Amino acid sequence: MTQTVFAPWTDPAAKPLIRFRHVTKRFGDFTAIEDLSLDIYEREFFALLGPSGCGKTTMMRMLAGFEDPTEGTIELAGEDIGAVPPNKRAVNMMFQSYALFPHLTVRDNIAFGLKREGKPKDEIHARVEEMLRLVQLQKFASRKPHQISGGQRQRVALARSLAKAPKLLLLDEPLGALDKKLREETQFELMDIQEKTGTTFVIVTHDQEEAMTVASRIAVMKDGALMQVATPSQIYENPSSRYVADFLGDVTILEGKATKLGDAYEVHWAEGQPPLRAKSTLALADGAGCHLAIRPEKVEIHGEKPADDNVLRGKVIDIGYLGNISTYHVQLANGQTIRAQSFNTERDTRRAFTWEDEVWVNWTENCAVLLDH
Amino acid sequence: MRRFVLIAVPFLWLLALFLIPFGIVLKISLSDVALARPPYVPQFSWDEGIRAFLSQLDFENFAFIGAGAIVVTVVAIALLAAVAFPVYGLVFRRFFGGGLKALSIRSLIAAVVSVVAGILAVVIVFAVISFFFPSVVSLLEVDDYLYFQAYLSSLKIAAISTALTLLVGYPMAYGMARSPNSWRPTLMMLVILPFWTSFLIRVYAWRGILSQEGYLNQVLLWLGVIGEPLTILNTNTAVYIGVVYTYLPFMILPIYAALEKLDVSLIEAAEDLGCSRSSAFWLVTIPLSRPGIVAGCFLVFIPTLGEFVIPSLLGGSGTLMIGKVLWEEFFNNRDWPVASAVAIILLLILIVPIVLFQRNQQRQAEAGG
Ligand SMILES: Nc1ncnc2c1ncn2[C@@H]1O[C@H](COP(=O)(O)OP(=O)(O)O)[C@@H](O)[C@H]1O
Ligand SMILES: [Mg+2]
Repeated sequence: MTQTVFAPWTDPAAKPLIRFRHVTKRFGDFTAIEDLSLDIYEREFFALLGPSGCGKTTMMRMLAGFEDPTEGTIELAGEDIGAVPPNKRAVNMMFQSYALFPHLTVRDNIAFGLKREGKPKDEIHARVEEMLRLVQLQKFASRKPHQISGGQRQRVALARSLAKAPKLLLLDEPLGALDKKLREETQFELMDIQEKTGTTFVIVTHDQEEAMTVASRIAVMKDGALMQVATPSQIYENPSSRYVADFLGDVTILEGKATKLGDAYEVHWAEGQPPLRAKSTLALADGAGCHLAIRPEKVEIHGEKPADDNVLRGKVIDIGYLGNISTYHVQLANGQTIRAQSFNTERDTRRAFTWEDEVWVNWTENCAVLLDH
Repeated sequence: MRRFVLIAVPFLWLLALFLIPFGIVLKISLSDVALARPPYVPQFSWDEGIRAFLSQLDFENFAFIGAGAIVVTVVAIALLAAVAFPVYGLVFRRFFGGGLKALSIRSLIAAVVSVVAGILAVVIVFAVISFFFPSVVSLLEVDDYLYFQAYLSSLKIAAISTALTLLVGYPMAYGMARSPNSWRPTLMMLVILPFWTSFLIRVYAWRGILSQEGYLNQVLLWLGVIGEPLTILNTNTAVYIGVVYTYLPFMILPIYAALEKLDVSLIEAAEDLGCSRSSAFWLVTIPLSRPGIVAGCFLVFIPTLGEFVIPSLLGGSGTLMIGKVLWEEFFNNRDWPVASAVAIILLLILIVPIVLFQRNQQRQAEAGG
């Protein structure tokens, strides 16, 4: 079976479903979103990721029509939706708080949007049953929201927002209130539903694992601006800035000066420590300041000095045991700590290294990411 | 033991402040008027014994004021409401798919159907009862229609004033709940502030506003809105104004409490799902503030039913309210037994809305918890 990769953002002919054009949003003299341009394509599962207060909800509320951009335009399917009120947009939102109607049953909550369209009764009924089946809530259809669990409520909210078959579904931290296990299950359910219905999803989250799991592309935000928009693996392996590298996953960041050496750079980063080699396509002037980002799982830890590049010597000061993996915190002579991760493939509690052990860490020149800001 | 003490406190309270006074009034209502001090017989004395005392008590006063007919009427109204409201909901859900649109032709049809069903239920119940217990019919004989009219007129005035208070109070409560957080304590204060002065004086002040030469007429004449002064004072209109003015906080506060709890994102969700502003209001805001509306209506209706000060200060000779009748029996006619009978029947009538109010509060507490 051959499968074409889903990547409309690489296709210059593809028409985006949503288009933010130089959007700025101010509340009084506070700028929540600043000159932001972004394209989101049909059938995408797009994640907005960023710390609390960076403007994620504001973006969603502008898409849903609860806030108007102060400057710039937002297009949906090629049309400027600035003047379209929320009840006339082919966009539905799953609220952070679910916002289920407490006086209506699960069934009536799901039917709410359909009834507003004035569809025939049996059509509404069929659609509601379909939605109940989709989120597996048939048994709870006659209950009120306060009579079901948090996870079920969240599914009702999802079914309600999907019932009208919107072009675009907005999910604002939909899984925030769920515990870890249920959250992971629901993430896969969401992806499944997204695939089945073919709806474009925009999800807001501050949980980077969640974004990595569900999204086709991630936008990392900071203070109302986009830092990087790319696929999860690009964001993780090729972060464009120190901020993005630091925000997603575990990373050790070293600061230094770069010197060109063939197709790689040599980074001088501390007195008395050997320079580190990193392959990069960046064009840096000799002696320019830079950052080197190293993911702990790319760092190997040895009891004896290996005969490779990028070898640093230190001692183990801390061990984080997570069951499947262990993270070693290795302190170098200059006080810098490097994190190294190794898989615990053997079922043996005896660890290879222990506190105060003299060790060497190293990584290949392809593994460290050179960043110019 | 401790539990007994804990329960005993409210029971003693109830005994001392309600049951004992009620017993005394009940006894007076069963007595006969007399030129004596106190102005009724019999008086209990240990010499004659309890049996002789009890044998002198009778229901004459209740028969005189037409208590049977009054109670039957109130029961009939309650029955009608008890049948009509569920039927209204049922008709709506069965035939109109529950898509509630306020003041549409559908709600009119549903209202007519439910009222007809209620009247039918009342007729059937009374037909059955009078068939099996023909003596009940004699209850409907009334000596003096004054009391009967006074009760009905009180019910009418209380119902109309409650509706008017709701119309005025709901927008105010809504505005308060939608105002910026920092304003709310101030607005709340402004609503409660009138309670700090005497109710009697405030109602009296309305005489100065509403009378022929009062401020209202002066302003309206000066503005040229009217050519001749309006007669408002000493009419039912003045009573409505007085009740709305006096009881407004009792309507605003429970509705405000309900609206303040209402999550704004519910309104946004309704709009997101295709509601216009106004349909979101009718479909979400009103249903979710209903417990507050019901509580507010009862808090206005119950005291207004027995209201005495407002009708006697602002109402005219045509304003018939049971509180006023009660006062006149006690203090003008010095007929304590009849006045007591009037009070007992008033209490019986009030039991219906009080029980309904309690049920509303309980349901609200359950839904919240
Ligand atoms: N209605 C508003 N009035 C004033 N400031 C607001 C309003 N809504 C959001 N903000 C501010 O905008 C910033 C972004 O908020 P938001 O989009 O909710 O962030 P998040 O990324 O956590 O969802 C925050 O600093 C918040 O205080
Ligand atoms: Mg948010």
